[in-house]
Amino acid sequence: MKRKYLSTPYIIWVIGFTLFPLITIAVSAFTNDDGAFTWDNIVAISEPINRQALLFSLAIAFGCTLICILLAYPTALFLKSFRFKRKGFTIFLLVLPMWMNFILRILAWQMILSKNGILNFILGKFGLTPLAISNTWIALMIGMVYDFLPYMILPIFNAISDIDEDLIEAARDLGAGSFTVFRKIIFPLSMPGMLSGVVMVFVPAMTSFVIADILGGGKLQLIGNIIEQEFMKSMNWHLGAGLSISLMLLVLIGLAFTMRNDMEEKGTAIW
Amino acid sequence: METNEKERDILELRNISKSFDGKKVLDDLSLSIGKNEFITLLGPSGCGKSTTLRIIGGFVRPDSGSVLFEGKDITGLASEKRNVNTVFQKYSLFPHMNVEENIAFGLKLKKKSKAYIRDKIKYALKLVNLDGYEKRNTTALSGGQQQRVAIARAIVNEPEILLLDEPLGALDLKLRHDMQQELIRIKKEVGITFIYVTHDQEEALTMSDKIVVMNKGIIQQMGTSKSIYDEPQNAFVADFIGESNIINGVMPCDRVVEIFGVKIPCVDEGFAKGEQVDVVIRPEDLEIRPEGEGFFTGRVTSVLFKGAYYKINVCAGDYEWVSQSVNAPEVGTRVGLYVLPDNIQIMHKPKSEDAEIIKE
Repeated sequence: MKRKYLSTPYIIWVIGFTLFPLITIAVSAFTNDDGAFTWDNIVAISEPINRQALLFSLAIAFGCTLICILLAYPTALFLKSFRFKRKGFTIFLLVLPMWMNFILRILAWQMILSKNGILNFILGKFGLTPLAISNTWIALMIGMVYDFLPYMILPIFNAISDIDEDLIEAARDLGAGSFTVFRKIIFPLSMPGMLSGVVMVFVPAMTSFVIADILGGGKLQLIGNIIEQEFMKSMNWHLGAGLSISLMLLVLIGLAFTMRNDMEEKGTAIW
Repeated sequence: METNEKERDILELRNISKSFDGKKVLDDLSLSIGKNEFITLLGPSGCGKSTTLRIIGGFVRPDSGSVLFEGKDITGLASEKRNVNTVFQKYSLFPHMNVEENIAFGLKLKKKSKAYIRDKIKYALKLVNLDGYEKRNTTALSGGQQQRVAIARAIVNEPEILLLDEPLGALDLKLRHDMQQELIRIKKEVGITFIYVTHDQEEALTMSDKIVVMNKGIIQQMGTSKSIYDEPQNAFVADFIGESNIINGVMPCDRVVEIFGVKIPCVDEGFAKGEQVDVVIRPEDLEIRPEGEGFFTGRVTSVLFKGAYYKINVCAGDYEWVSQSVNAPEVGTRVGLYVLPDNIQIMHKPKSEDAEIIKE
């Protein structure tokens, strides 16, 4: 059997579930109800309400990515220093929540953070003032960081684990102390992993809407929520598609900019 | 003479022992290394030679014993604070830096001026025959070129001692021979102490001023290439350094050794009467004579063409002798074996195989 036939399922999948939907979205985005060509749906991203949601999404996604890096990097370094047996188990624990449905996890956070939720119950036990973070951007941020953190830890951990112990010895041999070894060897060599993590966290954070729906109580408008509402509530598919295309282009341009130096590195470039 | 020797010593290992997971890797090892010496630690894998080097480099702390650098105890000193540099077997160049940045790494940490660093890089690249490679990507270089960069990266720091951990192990035979000559030349030019680790006895014989043969964490013999090859002090050294015929013998009196019931003249004296000994005869010293001549008669079992010579196996007196000769007898013919008294080495049997310390 010729090997190229093995790719048939993949090709069918890509055509049916990537290419075809993309084309329908594009056609929808560049037409109006009468079927005539228009730029209106694309340009609509600059309308105040959309622009505001876009900037809010950007801020949230940036913040989420930054917090994930700050949490993930020490974790990855810590995991690397672990002895092997316990290392596997620790990573297992880290990945375990990802096996649970994502909406369930977010609903759990809703329970924890709500006004009469678990967090405030515990704070009350200690005589502390309850926190009113339910339905605020803080709740949204907590949910997002919780959800996306493993996607930042794993690639950074992999990149750090791949660093040859000999390189660290070589650096020490040439006079580098622990901090210099980190700054000049470990950190730069972990960059590709961090970039993968950034892509895997920033893109879903930028485009998500379910987390904002559940933890924002409908008060927080990410660009994803606006698009969802155009499709599901206003039934304006043309506008929804136009905003989607604009968002996609912005994300792609952003990624290309982030990764321009990293194209030739293995595995990190996404196209 | 003895005191003069001591004054010139740059490094001294005193009674070093080291175990990994309960397994003894180095057993009470003591070693002095003179200034400007090219010394090779030679032995099979697991003999402790690399551990010795890593203790000198500061990557491994010995369980007991001390390391002295020019008389000062540096046993507990971190590797980044030692005035030694290492060339690693796997090159270990920093992949995110180009050739120039790799070489400058140590100098930048020492806060040298830009002009100084530039000159040093230029000098070092010239030394290793890589002029003009400053901006090259290290990952794009061949194994030999990478190893040259690694040598340059170590040497620019002007270490008192350069440690080389099987630096040519990953190169192919032809390149390895070229690099051996290069290393000898570089050693001469920079004039510092080289401590070289290898399991390749030919490499050790070619390059070293002094060879330290190690086995099972113990120094078996120390000396010049010639003395180690010509006068191995025990069967392990004889076997490890080149091919050897090692036969059980008895010394009935001085200057005579008895092998397979035949009394053969030799030049060794001072053994106990009737002492069991190891007799070592190098293949090139074992002469093939017509049948009836020599000490033994045997049958040729194989003849292998080795380029410059033939390797001939002869079965005589229950032993498969190895001989080297430019003439090849027919397989199956009966021949005599002869050896000059000078070419016979007699050695005491080790008391136990593991615990044999022989000092020069």
